[in-house]
Amino acid sequence: MSPRAREADVVVIGGGPAGLAAAASAADAGAKVVLVDRNRELGGILNQCIHDGFGLHAFGEVLTGPEFAARCIDRALGAGVEAHPDTMVAELAPSRELVCTTPGERYRLRAPSVVLAMGCRERTRGMLRIPGTRPAGVYTAGTAQWLTNMRNLRVGERILILGSGDIGLIMARRLTWEGAEVVGVVEVLPYPSGLPRNITQCLEDYGIPLHLSHSATCIHGRERLESVTIARFDENRQPIPGTEFDVACDTLLLSVGLIPENELSRRAGVRLDATTSGASVDGRYMTNVPGIFSCGNVLHIHDLADWAADEGARAGAQAAAYALGETSQEKDESVRIEPGDGVRYVVPQTVSKGSEEVLVSFRVAAPDEDRTAEVVADGRVFASQTLRRAHPAEMVQMKVACADGFDVDRLEVRLK
Amino acid sequence: MTTRRVTCILCPNGCELTIRYSGEPTAESISVEGNTCPKGIDYAVEEMTAPKRTLTTSILVRGGTQPLASVKTACPIPRETLFDARRALRGVVVDAPVAIGDVVASDVAGTGVDVVVTRPVPRPS
Repeated sequence: MSPRAREADVVVIGGGPAGLAAAASAADAGAKVVLVDRNRELGGILNQCIHDGFGLHAFGEVLTGPEFAARCIDRALGAGVEAHPDTMVAELAPSRELVCTTPGERYRLRAPSVVLAMGCRERTRGMLRIPGTRPAGVYTAGTAQWLTNMRNLRVGERILILGSGDIGLIMARRLTWEGAEVVGVVEVLPYPSGLPRNITQCLEDYGIPLHLSHSATCIHGRERLESVTIARFDENRQPIPGTEFDVACDTLLLSVGLIPENELSRRAGVRLDATTSGASVDGRYMTNVPGIFSCGNVLHIHDLADWAADEGARAGAQAAAYALGETSQEKDESVRIEPGDGVRYVVPQTVSKGSEEVLVSFRVAAPDEDRTAEVVADGRVFASQTLRRAHPAEMVQMKVACADGFDVDRLEVRLK
Repeated sequence: MTTRRVTCILCPNGCELTIRYSGEPTAESISVEGNTCPKGIDYAVEEMTAPKRTLTTSILVRGGTQPLASVKTACPIPRETLFDARRALRGVVVDAPVAIGDVVASDVAGTGVDVVVTRPVPRPS
């Protein structure tokens, strides 16, 4: 290990859309920025998301994932960000000192501000505890996407997809185009988890059946997957006896949720929110550890890369301001922001007392129509917005303003 | 009177459109409800008359850092030509380096549309 730590103003961990945007905006603000990523190529998961639908918000045009990544990379490098690809962060201390490893070298890196942007990973079969045998042919949807789009490998011929998350829906269409037969998508909830447009363009276009309120109860096959038993599930997510049927398939893709990848954060003492599994942050995206910020999918799961990048840009600007001494170095007295009726979670979880504005991101608890979301405290309504369609798959954002500064203990975001 | 409900796929909002028309659907005979932007009306007309989709897939690259380059049709193509277009790209192999926007096939499946690279693949340094 080199004797002296390398120094920067802002270190960003993770080179996906959130990290690249955070790095670019921090560099724009005049900070010396180092971005580390464990992959050889920057861009994160966008590189394997070869479908289109990215960029309408961030760049005003429809792009594929790799094109979106290329724009983000160009923007970060153009702003003067120093990128360290192929670099693993082995340790992160609350003092914002990192130990990085890269082939042939292990070095320390120190900065007043660190931005966490490590993204998320997929839930696996083990986490679902589906009974049965353990044959080959069971993949997470993202692994199948990587094998198909990056490695040119065929994952199977007859595909069943468990979970209606967007990655599974996208893979249903992708594998259909590649000549596989997708026999169905099974979702335990009574409504789909993916975006409505993906139900249309990935399933309905190809006549792929979507079985709502159904899930897998057993996996069969010795060497290779042979079939999966499906049953109808009740509202308590329990299988209803007598409703089982077997679906013959050689491949099962799991698209059953994403988990923020916060191992490093935890070791640095960052406190996590039990609902989002991401850090609990204040209005400037700072965690409980002063100088450590969080954004993108490691903070909470986003449905669009555009929103992850947007959040990254805001967090990066705050990280730069903190590093350059332009904002308070301590945690201010804070106003709690909490989910109320019909709302599952809210980010950020606090905002400094006296702040004049905060952008809240939240998800509703269940699908509904024509509801009003409002942000209230002590009977006063600070913001409200009509939701023609409220759906857990779609993150909602609201700007909450208070001209004379928030002077309450608690703000509640709720549906009316 | 025919009534159809479709989800607009042009942006992540995914507006639920209610489309009504008598006889053959045309730009003049169609009425659209539920769109939150003007593009929804054009989408509804196209979806009822000649639906189009963008094909995104990948092709083989020789001598690059990656075995595949991702590609897309430069604009949406008629939905019924998607599988023909995919088949037409099956034998296409390009030599690295390739850059975003490089044309790897022209007039794919007779659609008059080019297929372009969406992911740069350099040669190993």
